[in-house]
Amino acid sequence: MTSLPETPTTKKLGLVIDLDICVGCHACAVNCKEWNSGGHSAPLTDFDPYGADPTGVWFNRIHTFEATDDVGNSRTVHFPRSCLHCEDAPCVTVCPTGASYKREEDGIVLVNADTCIGCKLCSWACPYGAREYDHDDGVMKKCTLCVDKIYNENLDEESRVPACVSTCPAGARHFGDLGDPESDVSKLVEARDGFELMPEQECKPTNRYLPPRPRKTAAGSTGAPSALEPQVDGGDSPFLRWVDKVLSR
Amino acid sequence: MHPAFSVIFFTTASGAGYGLITLMSILQASGILPPDPRVGWAGFGIGFTLITLGLLSSTFHLGHPERAWRAISQWRSSWLSREGLAAIVTYVPTGAYAIGWIFLDWRDDLFILTGMVGAMLCMQTVYCTAMIYASLKTIRAWANSWTVICYFSISIFTGALLMNAIASVFGYWHPAMFWITTGAIAVAGVAKMQYWRFIDRNPSESTAETATGLKGHIRLLESPHTQENYLQKEMGYKIARKHASKLRQLTIAAGFVAPILLITLANASIPATAAALSILAVPVAAIGVLIERWLFFAEAKHVVTLYYGETTA
Ligand code: SF4
Ligand code: SF4
Repeated sequence: MTSLPETPTTKKLGLVIDLDICVGCHACAVNCKEWNSGGHSAPLTDFDPYGADPTGVWFNRIHTFEATDDVGNSRTVHFPRSCLHCEDAPCVTVCPTGASYKREEDGIVLVNADTCIGCKLCSWACPYGAREYDHDDGVMKKCTLCVDKIYNENLDEESRVPACVSTCPAGARHFGDLGDPESDVSKLVEARDGFELMPEQECKPTNRYLPPRPRKTAAGSTGAPSALEPQVDGGDSPFLRWVDKVLSR
Repeated sequence: MHPAFSVIFFTTASGAGYGLITLMSILQASGILPPDPRVGWAGFGIGFTLITLGLLSSTFHLGHPERAWRAISQWRSSWLSREGLAAIVTYVPTGAYAIGWIFLDWRDDLFILTGMVGAMLCMQTVYCTAMIYASLKTIRAWANSWTVICYFSISIFTGALLMNAIASVFGYWHPAMFWITTGAIAVAGVAKMQYWRFIDRNPSESTAETATGLKGHIRLLESPHTQENYLQKEMGYKIARKHASKLRQLTIAAGFVAPILLITLANASIPATAAALSILAVPVAAIGVLIERWLFFAEAKHVVTLYYGETTA
């Protein structure tokens, strides 16, 4: 069913990505590829993987941006990009077959590989580049929020989070219910002024990004004195006073 | 956006076919075009061929063409689905009308009504085609009302040129056809120029800043991957400004100016020359319209490019 759920889903599972902490190691993308190569949307086909022009389907891409302010201070920000499981997901409403759908129970956006005709329209409708076409399978693929992992009772409780979250060595990724204002992720978003990407596209994404913390530009705020104090000549030690006198001669 | 030939051919060919059948129905109803079976053969033959080849070509780029029938199921939300459904429904009245025109000598009010219903559905289908593009907020060059106006006016003008040629060949040329055709070309030409003016001045609200939420001047320091991925191949197509402006001029020359000149000349010629000139106007305009549609894709910039080094979209 390609229409969105009639009332917004109450449960909104999603990710909170901390741009202050991400170190750009691509571990999340690699573990995503590894889990999903055997998961709901498997395989994630690669073409020419060891050759000169390797391409393939990935659900998670890590960009690195440099943001420079007016006075020329710049900072490097690593930026993971994946499906944001939007509330008003245009990828779902444009789908002519009903292959793309949004789950009422938790808001996860999925593609049914058995009914997708591979028209690619959903990838045109998504502002975030979250959908990648598998030329080999002839169907569209995308982040499943590890739907086959987060509810998997064969796994330990702590492993029931998306692969990207369990693998991030820096702890930059958080998973939870963003529809519940009392959840840890919602509180984190609140405390850190988490934001939506491209709100003007009106997709109401579920995922939130936490901004890099303001950079400390003044030397004083590192805890060190902003300038060195002149030393009192030798202080009260007769020896040091003598050394000072000799050296100042 | 990547200009795929299958979609360029689909939108232009089916547009011309729908325009032709619409005008044949209207002109027949108003008594300007007599329902001669030979005209029916030529007109519906060309019209249905263009429409059907166009629709078939649109399924060529699918990953699973054998599942194409599924595409008519989501008409409640999807313009692509509505387009497919409208195209199929349109075959019913237009088909009945064509059979009545060619084989049955069916000429009563119901015949005319069937033609009118068919004409409305033809235009409805063209509207759905345009809305597939105009409804994509991610592409500013498409998500504006000029897109729909251009699809309509180009469908009508290409259909009018075909009708003009067919009528001239069978000796049914009528001054009204000249005025309809030149009028349609002029409207389409102006609409297209307004479209270009609009897209040159109205970039997307989205920028590299809104895409990343970062402040200041945003530069892509490192791409996520070394080789181009699906997104860049499909949505990162870029055409140099100077090439685009040359191609725009070519569109205006071949698509709009040359056909007007040719049919104006035809208007002033003896019937045999007039027919030849009217026929010649068709391939000339086709070149212009194919370039126009190629540009429609090639010039359209998707906001996802903001993640790949663009600062505006
Ligand atoms: S990020 Fe893209 S693919 Fe994911 S739900 Fe939103 S629009 Fe759809
Ligand atoms: S590619 Fe598949 S999922 Fe995407 S819009 Fe087309 S049919 Fe739907």
